[in-house]
Amino acid sequence: MISRHVQGWLMAAPLTLVLAVFLLAPIVMIVVVSFWGATEWSIYPAFLWDNYDFLLTSKVTYQVFFNTFKYAAITWACTLLIGFTVAYYLAFHIRSTTWQIALFLLCTIPFLTSNIIRMISWIPFLGRNGLANSTLLSWGVIDAPLEWLLFSDFSVILAFVHLYTLFMVVPIFNTMMRIDPALIEAATDAGASGWQTLRHVVIPLTKPGIMIGTIFVLALVMGDFITVRFMSGSQSANVGRMIQNDIGLLQYPSASATAVILLITVLLLIGTLLRFVDIRKEL
Amino acid sequence: MPWLDNKLFNKEDTAMTTISKIRYSRRGLLKAGGAAVAAAALPAPMVWGQETKNITLRQFGTGVSNLNEVAKKVKEDLGFTLEMTALDSDSVTQRAATQPDSFDIADIEYWICKKVWPTGNLQAMDTSKIANYDKIVGTFRSGKLTPESVIAQGTAPHTVGFTTGVDGTEFVQEESGWMTLIPTIYNADTLGIRPDLIGRPIKNWSELLNPEFKGKASILDISSIGIMDMAMVVESMGEYTYPDKGNMTREEIDMTLGIFTEAKKNGQFRAFWKSFDESVNLMASGEVVIQSMWSPAITAVRSQGIPCVYQPLEEGYRSWGGGLGLSASLSGIELDAAYEYINWYLSGWVGGFLMRQGYYSAVPETSKAFMSEDEWGFWFEGKEAKGDITNPFGDVMEKAGAVRDGGSFYDRMGAVACWNAVMDENQYMVRKWNEFIAA
Repeated sequence: MISRHVQGWLMAAPLTLVLAVFLLAPIVMIVVVSFWGATEWSIYPAFLWDNYDFLLTSKVTYQVFFNTFKYAAITWACTLLIGFTVAYYLAFHIRSTTWQIALFLLCTIPFLTSNIIRMISWIPFLGRNGLANSTLLSWGVIDAPLEWLLFSDFSVILAFVHLYTLFMVVPIFNTMMRIDPALIEAATDAGASGWQTLRHVVIPLTKPGIMIGTIFVLALVMGDFITVRFMSGSQSANVGRMIQNDIGLLQYPSASATAVILLITVLLLIGTLLRFVDIRKEL
Repeated sequence: MPWLDNKLFNKEDTAMTTISKIRYSRRGLLKAGGAAVAAAALPAPMVWGQETKNITLRQFGTGVSNLNEVAKKVKEDLGFTLEMTALDSDSVTQRAATQPDSFDIADIEYWICKKVWPTGNLQAMDTSKIANYDKIVGTFRSGKLTPESVIAQGTAPHTVGFTTGVDGTEFVQEESGWMTLIPTIYNADTLGIRPDLIGRPIKNWSELLNPEFKGKASILDISSIGIMDMAMVVESMGEYTYPDKGNMTREEIDMTLGIFTEAKKNGQFRAFWKSFDESVNLMASGEVVIQSMWSPAITAVRSQGIPCVYQPLEEGYRSWGGGLGLSASLSGIELDAAYEYINWYLSGWVGGFLMRQGYYSAVPETSKAFMSEDEWGFWFEGKEAKGDITNPFGDVMEKAGAVRDGGSFYDRMGAVACWNAVMDENQYMVRKWNEFIAA
């Protein structure tokens, strides 16, 4: 008979093993390699601060990190606004559950195609001679094509918002569905206006959903490289692109160092966010 | 001997392809003493004939010459299987440098060779086993296209084309008999323009940074090629004359990228491109009217009915060349097969196939037999096309009366101002390049 103590360890072992092999080990490896040296065609074990030194003293690194935060913040604000509104409408204005589910599924339809396709379809739409510009021109709204529609921060953020809003809708909708309708009735009975109900009842109770959506969106935007590359026409950079460039040029140690800094940044960010809302308690 | 490959014998009789020495000796023996004697005296070649079918050579390289048609023709002519993988230049370098066992033949550019050769992942080739070695154009041997040619700056192919022996890790400057890459394909690159949207003649590289094209210019985001285009522009603007633009000092790198960073901040560029298709789309959609471009991309734009010119410029061309390298781990029968493949590659069919897409073959004279007189006249001699010029896939590329941009082979390859390069300060340049992209 195995003691309860051993049993407990055995039951935890598979998950521990999976996490150790597929999560912990790769991260440790990345940290280790970030101290290695590189020639043009090889990397060699060493303990060098060069990679961090170059990274942390370069003005461009700070610009790129700033750019990454900028994309993340603006995308977060837009997805939150749209996501919250959509979820609110679905949860409180659609009466029948059937319609709720049907409309919710409608939201997921764009996800049936690859996100690369969804992103790239914007390019001919927003281009100098694209649909958007030719329509605006024919309406007489503008005299010359708008250059900033494509290959700009605008197009990058537009693509991000388009790609990631659903990641906000789903968790918010989910938490909203669990709000007891009696609470809202009570608020109305107590004389609260619609705005007051929203501010003091709905928003506090949806916080965990907002937080989960926030983590999704931030992690996705901060780790992205392909959207920025295509939608900015390679003219803007975020941290992901910096890592990708390094990998392409065989500079693995320098790529690892950047990845480590990015990881630390994202962990700090999410750690801070979680101090405001205890997701586990409220789930 | 029912399993003897009859097809190979037919080929030998008609002398359609280059044939390995083993086969020559076999045919000699067969003619002299009959099949039975050959079977008794020389069993090995028949095993070879049998095993050829089971040989698979794995080749990887840039999309330029990694074409399925070539693999199909290899199967037909030589009997063995050629597996092809097409990757972008960065990935090709990465793979050649880090995964030597993942390939048998590397189809790489000369500047990549300079980076990869010191790893020892490739083995040199004995030029005495290359039948058409003497016919390879001078650019790849002495460095001079014609005896009067001036060698251009940058990583000129002959400077990284030879080594000391089969395991040599150093490059030598003379024809040592051991070649690092067997040249296969090359071209002279320049700027592509949309003449309909520009409406005036373009004659100089400096036009790329002309404020007239603000927001309508592009350059490619592959550092070792892009930096050379930049250097051509900087010289053309009269900003600076490089002692050797193929090997810049740190100050020169800073200065060159500084000029372009300023232009970027002023909104000169619409986008940067990294892959062939991106450059085609930018040009065809009119987002960009002047940009660094590759020859087949021009053709792709033109085949959509959109005017696009591969503009010859006064300062000359930026050229590139590629070749086949053998993996260091190749040996025995696979190595023989690889030599046979390379001899076949230079024997004309592939050359004709590539030249009809606007590239040049390393042994142009053997390709002539695989092109019509009109095609040869148009692509190689720069003559006016007499009829429609089609590419190997049957698409019409040019109508009768068209003349190739830049003229004949000697006009174009004779006006090369620099080669794609890897510099001594390459790592510094790459970091600065990344900063330029991020700026």
